[in-house]
Amino acid sequence: MFAYIVRRLALMLVTLFGISIVIFFLLRVLPGNIVDILFDAAGFVDPADKANLERDLGIDQPLVVQYLRWIGGLLHGDLGYSYVSEKPALEEILPRIPITARLAGLALLFSASIGIPLGVISAVYQGSRIDYILRVVSLSGLSLPSFWLGLLILMAGVALFGNIPIFNPNPKTLGEMFSTYCLPSLAVAFRSSALTMRITRSSMLEVLRQDYIRTARAKGASEASVNFHHALQNAILPVITVVGIEAAFLIGGLIVTETVFNVPGVARFLVEAIRWRDYPIVQNLVMFIAVVVVIANFTVDMLYAVFDPRIRYTD
Amino acid sequence: MRPGRTFAGAISSLLLLGGTALSGEPKQGGIFRIYHRDSPGSASIHEGATNSINIPFMPVFNNLVIYDQHIAQNSVDNIRPELAESWRWSEDRTTLTFKLRQGVRWHDGKPFTSADVKCTFDTLMGKSQQKFRQNPRKAWYDEVAEVTTNGDDEASFKLKRPQPSLIALLASGYTAIYPCHITPADMRTHPIGTGPFKFVEFKANESIKLARNEDYWKTGLPHLDGIEFTIIPNRSTAILAFVAGKFDMTFPTEVTIPLLNDVKTQAPGAICVVAPTNISTNIIVNSSKPPFDNLDVRRALALALDRKAFISILFEGQADIGGAMEPAPDGLWAMPKEMLEQIPGYGPDVNANRQEAKKLMQKAGYGPDRRLAVKVSTRNIAVYRDPAVILIDQLKSIYIDGELDVVDTAQWFPKVARKDYALGLNLTGNAVDDPDQSFYENYSCGSERNYSNYCNKDIERLFDQQSQEMDVAKRRKLVWEIDRKLQEDVARPIIFYSRQGTCWQPHVKDVTIMVNSSYNGYRYEDVWLDR
Repeated sequence: MFAYIVRRLALMLVTLFGISIVIFFLLRVLPGNIVDILFDAAGFVDPADKANLERDLGIDQPLVVQYLRWIGGLLHGDLGYSYVSEKPALEEILPRIPITARLAGLALLFSASIGIPLGVISAVYQGSRIDYILRVVSLSGLSLPSFWLGLLILMAGVALFGNIPIFNPNPKTLGEMFSTYCLPSLAVAFRSSALTMRITRSSMLEVLRQDYIRTARAKGASEASVNFHHALQNAILPVITVVGIEAAFLIGGLIVTETVFNVPGVARFLVEAIRWRDYPIVQNLVMFIAVVVVIANFTVDMLYAVFDPRIRYTD
Repeated sequence: MRPGRTFAGAISSLLLLGGTALSGEPKQGGIFRIYHRDSPGSASIHEGATNSINIPFMPVFNNLVIYDQHIAQNSVDNIRPELAESWRWSEDRTTLTFKLRQGVRWHDGKPFTSADVKCTFDTLMGKSQQKFRQNPRKAWYDEVAEVTTNGDDEASFKLKRPQPSLIALLASGYTAIYPCHITPADMRTHPIGTGPFKFVEFKANESIKLARNEDYWKTGLPHLDGIEFTIIPNRSTAILAFVAGKFDMTFPTEVTIPLLNDVKTQAPGAICVVAPTNISTNIIVNSSKPPFDNLDVRRALALALDRKAFISILFEGQADIGGAMEPAPDGLWAMPKEMLEQIPGYGPDVNANRQEAKKLMQKAGYGPDRRLAVKVSTRNIAVYRDPAVILIDQLKSIYIDGELDVVDTAQWFPKVARKDYALGLNLTGNAVDDPDQSFYENYSCGSERNYSNYCNKDIERLFDQQSQEMDVAKRRKLVWEIDRKLQEDVARPIIFYSRQGTCWQPHVKDVTIMVNSSYNGYRYEDVWLDR
């Protein structure tokens, strides 16, 4: 197991190195750079001024030099400076991570705590009225665009309470905390929990038909014990995979929710940075997201072994 | 009189009453909360060409002179002293001397002197060691030979030739005086001014905060404790937040006519003003390449336009038709209506115009069996895209099959600067309602912003002639003549001038929305909150 973990960690480093190359060069394939955009905003193009600025920012250097400079800095904790704000990239990125992490964490929590029990209920009562209702709700969760749901929540806030639940940087009351983090998380979790519910349901349906479930019932185990102890524990692996993928997605994929609820998180910042071709911000943020994805995958693999004792990673 | 104008006029009259007779004694204090439409790239007014920078940062600065902040129409008659106490022209009108205010301090406590004035304009003219990252209004000072000082309290602009409009350019919100002792790089991130509000912080994508300058040189001002701009790029969220009372005012001149109707329904107490912005939507025609190097094809294009259809579809009738200068009565230099209607394509009979256009197209070799296929390039933003779609539809009537070519914002200006287009739809904003700013910038041979490559040496001479003319009536007639020629030459066909809305809560007092520029009215020193 130890050797497996070491090998996985080494592979993670190789993966991240590959990702860094892809990020770096894909970003340069995009047409235009920060200098083009700055001068566009001014509607004025003077080649000499542009060349000076490109030199100042170091983007006149060969790509390999730029790449090595970035990676070298990254290894020393120097993420460079934002081309737009001219502040250290770390200073710009760091405050946004907890905001998105809180949002994503809450969304995951809602997704799992709503999706898994409802999936179990839907499977246990397959074909019943409650199953149909839950399936319709989950289908609507999967098909409703999150920006629409977000706007509905905002409009409901204005219409019902005369207040709009957009991001508040300094929430003071419990209500403010709720509207700042819980409402956007719920908007995200609606889709995510629908997905979790459907995966849980289909996985549970498969497990509930197994012989050992019948045996457990024959031995006189209670329905709760059968469903949650015997069935769910064996049905949980695909759910863990989905939750793991969702966790990775949520860190960089909350753009719509962050935009609608005006949350100054990572995803909105990333899109804005791409718009400005702010390479130091984009490169480092995407690398951060890549690290989260790689760690999430690793954690999922490790959780497999925890939930299913039959799985043992060997050399 | 059109209904839109009647509505705007009525609202403006109400506003005027509210701003003076009814507003009473100003109250001190309060934070003025406004949402901002996007995150500006920097805090340096001189390095920007968008009111995304001007609006939040104009309150940090002073100019030498400024347009009266409570008169909606910017004109030379309404210019007021700011850091200059007075000004005078030399006999030969080639030197403009400013007597500067004494005792003014920068926000960091250092004294303001004439050296700061020289420094600011030397940097703008590219004569200083310090350089701006970009300098979009360098051309405004092409006729300034040098700026000199005489002691700490006098600065003079020496001109290469008379240019009466210089004072109008100096009164723009774009012409802030910068401190000598702060580098352009620092001004982008932490601007220091002499204005009514001090810069506190700018968090990209989040907020911009300004606080009252306790040592402001105008006694008793500003009334507000501060101004906070919350950056909300999503328009629906921003408008809902305004309706919910989270903000005192919308981002100025950013509420579209359909959205304005929503605001009026959901927040009936809100005060909304619809005003012209001096931003024209126009067609840029690449006259250096076929097929638009042919004047007949360009004229056919101009004749095909049904401007009223654009205005009706996009603005529910609330926009204006004009030439190179903003239409009257808000624009100061517009051609009279009867003169405008004589220009091909501006006449009221659209069908007759299009019949004539078809003949010109046939003369150029096109017709029902040989249609002209052309890409209509435009920026991938709704205010550009929507009129481009209507344009394509209208061009079908004169054998032109347009294909929409939407271009990423980052690529738009490089593309038009390279002349890598045949036909484009563009928006042109004028910071100052003055022919010098508009003509030299957009129509002068070799100007970077002359995207259509139009170059006519005869008209160029007329540009210089009007620019030096001291007699306003004579200058106006010259401007009309130039504008007429520009439209007849199809230099850059103007489709319409948009009107946009601004709304604020009833407790906000003494806000004035300018009607011939959307760049000059944001000092906010005597805005106050009645709550």
